[in-house]
Amino acid sequence: MRFVTRLALAAAGLTLAAGAAAAQTTVRWLHIEQNPAQVKIWEDVVRRFQEKNPGVKVEMQYLENEAYKAKVPTLLQSRDRPHIMYSWAGGVLKAQVEAGALADITAGVGSFKDNLAPGAVQAFVVGGKLYGLPYNVSQVGFMYNKDLFAKAGVDGTAIKSWDDFLAAVKKIKAAGITPIAVGGQDKWPLHFYWTHLAVRLGGKPAFEAALKGEGGGFEGETFQKSGELMKQLVDLEPFQNGFLGFKNQQALGYFGDGKAAMNLAISHHSATQRALAADKKGVPEDKLGWFDFPVPAGAKGNPSDTLGGVNGWLVTEGAPKEAVEFIKFFVSDEVQRELAKQNFIIPVFKGSDAALSAPFMQNVAKNIAASGYHQNFYDQDLGPSVGRVVNDATAEIAGGSMTPKQAAKAIQDAYKQGN
Amino acid sequence: MSGRGDAIVIRGRPFHGPAAKSRRSDGRLTTALIFLPPALLLFTIFVVMPIGEAAWFSGFNWNGFGRPTRWIGLDNYRFVFDSRGFGIAFRNNLLIIAVSLLIQLPLALALALTLAERFRGAVLLRMLFFLPYVLAEVATGLIFSFIYDGDYGLLASIFRSFGAEAPHLLASTQTSMLAILIVIVWKYFGFHMMLFIAALQSMDPNLVEAARIDGASRWQVLRHVVIPLLYPTIRLSVFFAVIGSLQLFDLVMPLTRGGPADSSNTMVSFLYNNGISRMRVGFGSAIGVILFVICVTFAVTYKRWFMRDE
Repeated sequence: MRFVTRLALAAAGLTLAAGAAAAQTTVRWLHIEQNPAQVKIWEDVVRRFQEKNPGVKVEMQYLENEAYKAKVPTLLQSRDRPHIMYSWAGGVLKAQVEAGALADITAGVGSFKDNLAPGAVQAFVVGGKLYGLPYNVSQVGFMYNKDLFAKAGVDGTAIKSWDDFLAAVKKIKAAGITPIAVGGQDKWPLHFYWTHLAVRLGGKPAFEAALKGEGGGFEGETFQKSGELMKQLVDLEPFQNGFLGFKNQQALGYFGDGKAAMNLAISHHSATQRALAADKKGVPEDKLGWFDFPVPAGAKGNPSDTLGGVNGWLVTEGAPKEAVEFIKFFVSDEVQRELAKQNFIIPVFKGSDAALSAPFMQNVAKNIAASGYHQNFYDQDLGPSVGRVVNDATAEIAGGSMTPKQAAKAIQDAYKQGN
Repeated sequence: MSGRGDAIVIRGRPFHGPAAKSRRSDGRLTTALIFLPPALLLFTIFVVMPIGEAAWFSGFNWNGFGRPTRWIGLDNYRFVFDSRGFGIAFRNNLLIIAVSLLIQLPLALALALTLAERFRGAVLLRMLFFLPYVLAEVATGLIFSFIYDGDYGLLASIFRSFGAEAPHLLASTQTSMLAILIVIVWKYFGFHMMLFIAALQSMDPNLVEAARIDGASRWQVLRHVVIPLLYPTIRLSVFFAVIGSLQLFDLVMPLTRGGPADSSNTMVSFLYNNGISRMRVGFGSAIGVILFVICVTFAVTYKRWFMRDE
């Protein structure tokens, strides 16, 4: 080790002495992508960027999703922190900005940001300053296996209301098929049910009122009702056996293996389920259906409202300016189209969505474009101290260890305790 | 450790006059002055300061970014004691201690008594039983999460061969802790067995022989000769088992992450899930301080009451 260091020092010394212009700059890039097919494209993007920018080396680092979330606070205080890192925006981003861990890249990005969907860019603006760039937006909805639906005699395109949905679950179960696969141990896949019901029931006004503590906050009517409707579903026992012991990856694999009819998924999971299926093929494109989250009776939200995420790259404090150049290249039209062509992302670069090849993803892109209120995942938007409680409490509704009322109270208590 | 030093002084006293004693203690002082600072420095930096820091952080509402600023006094401790999850975690720790003491140690002792004898294959069997202890905790957890898998796991195929539906042990609040306890016993009994075997082999065989000549039965020999001679080792084993149980974390995470619904959290995994994952460093520190107090209280009382002679 010491020998290597010395060698490196000697090499650096020589380079300086020779006055060579090509000093090496290393950009450390931390991502959480687990689909090898997508990572392969990213590696190619890195190679092309390095060719265009001699002297710059981009080093890819990987952490698993949950491990990443747990490690970031410590990582950001380290001197070896990555220069570019993954983000879901929201409350976590705000906390990171307040701690002074991120670099203001407003000037570095400049007018480039006008090429991107403004709503997605806005997610990375805190206090009027830009801290990162989005590369993907996503929508939460049901992906389903058309073959299994046909076997149970259910038409996925006809599911519009919550009651339609419950009826479909009953029918599929009666046909001897597991209706829904869910990664209950990760908890956040379960929080989608509760959250999306709240988005449907109350729309944007209910969420904003809860943030201000009005109408009982997260203990208010909308959120209690979300829990009750979720309970209606849970009472039908729609999930695979042992769902509380499944991680999301396992659940996606389970769906991909054709063992369950539905999965409440993030849109890009349509690609992930293929990678995680036992045969690495999963449910093929033409057998994969999608319907938007059903609308319960008496919903005040607009049916076009969406729940989903914005994924992007943050630049940390003290990163070399090449880091900004790299993420600009990463969200350029060229790369966005490449990823869209394989249906890995819903691109944010204006016009890149034309490259989406699957009708499935084209439809999702259309939904997001038409959405007047795109709610970010609660567990990200509310920050970890409250968001994790939403995850825990909704998983407990699913497990039957909390009533909808207790769950709503737990969330409101966490929100009041704050952080 | 300090006990040993005291013992030397006490035992040494009758043999030395006052002059000799003071010369000796001068020498001891010099030795202490030379040898103590490095150890003391390391101990301060890596043990005392982090504990002090945790105690300091536990007074803040802080998410881990930047410096803590919002002082909330003892509120974090109140939040800990008010939370349902901490109570469950504490009970689970007590359960682990109980199982370690009542099932694991007797099992280890029984195996040690058999395997301390010399017979063909004894060494091989010892190795085999010790093997689980050598495995890394996380690897063990992952292996057992595959074994317990209700669809593809070993347990599932065993159940299926009897024509029964396999239970998902890790997915139910009723069985998650049972599943973890099985792994704990499986993993650590070999360690205690080895301690007992070492003690048995260093035991004077004449004592057992004498008892046999006096007409003691096998059981009487075991009850009145062997086990009393094993007391120091048993006390040590109990000490390791209890402290290990209190600190249990790395087996829980790959198996259940403390779930479902907090049912299989230990105090340390509760700390991780609620302090680190939720980025509530103050809250987590409060749990850390509570855990520290429990461990230190146990260690000191146990040493004072049961391990005074060693």
